Amino acid sequence: MSDKMRMRVTLLEGDVAEVKVLIFHPMETGLRKDPATGELVPRHFIRTVVATHNGKPVLECGWSRAVSRNPFLHFRVRGASAGDRIVISWEDNRGERETMESAVG
Amino acid sequence: MQAIRRNVLRMLAITVAAVLLPVRRLAAEWNKPAFDSEDMNRSLALIGAQETQPSDQIRFKTPEIAENGAIVPIEIESRLPDTEIMYVLVEKNPQPLAASFRFAGGAEPFVATRIKMNETSRAMLVVKAGGKYYSAEREVKVTIGGCG
Repeated sequence: MSDKMRMRVTLLEGDVAEVKVLIFHPMETGLRKDPATGELVPRHFIRTVVATHNGKPVLECGWSRAVSRNPFLHFRVRGASAGDRIVISWEDNRGERETMESAVG
Repeated sequence: MQAIRRNVLRMLAITVAAVLLPVRRLAAEWNKPAFDSEDMNRSLALIGAQETQPSDQIRFKTPEIAENGAIVPIEIESRLPDTEIMYVLVEKNPQPLAASFRFAGGAEPFVATRIKMNETSRAMLVVKAGGKYYSAEREVKVTIGGCG
């Protein structure tokens, strides 16, 4: 279990998998001042998120610093069945990355 | 000789394509010029959407009033066939292009997420489907700006 991400994949009616992802990330805009020091906190935000279904890309996100802190992402994939693998990977502007996988339940 | 050379070149091209394509498909693009642009019209031009048309087949759900501009929930959805990619823009943010979502395989052209809005502004959903661009707009009143 990653401490940087949480995800839940639910099989809806028929063959549609509903994916809900929460990523723990500051998504700093570079415009916010650190209340303690008064200095601007450097920009630090996720730029790309890729979701795959059984290894095939289904969603590719390009994000700016205007995506909210601790980003939430909700999407749906058709043609899914129980046990299919959904993998989410992200990378931020500092090159930090994280991957998490979950089975369709 | 000519035929052999052509065949060798063709094989080479296929090999190069086979090596490059999977990499390109897995590495999500990040359109730096479009994300860096500070002007709405320029951002639209940089994603190829200088001209868009309205459509009742796309849905852009935003709150009318966002009390906290740091967390503005949005939902985007397209019922247009061959929806490839959707963009969300906020005109009065320092950089208007907020996010892009490219759909492949079995993904339904639907996303719910949360964005930041600096102040009261027009927000725009742009959908590229079948090679054409469509858009929907919403005015969102922001009580406390969310970019600081």
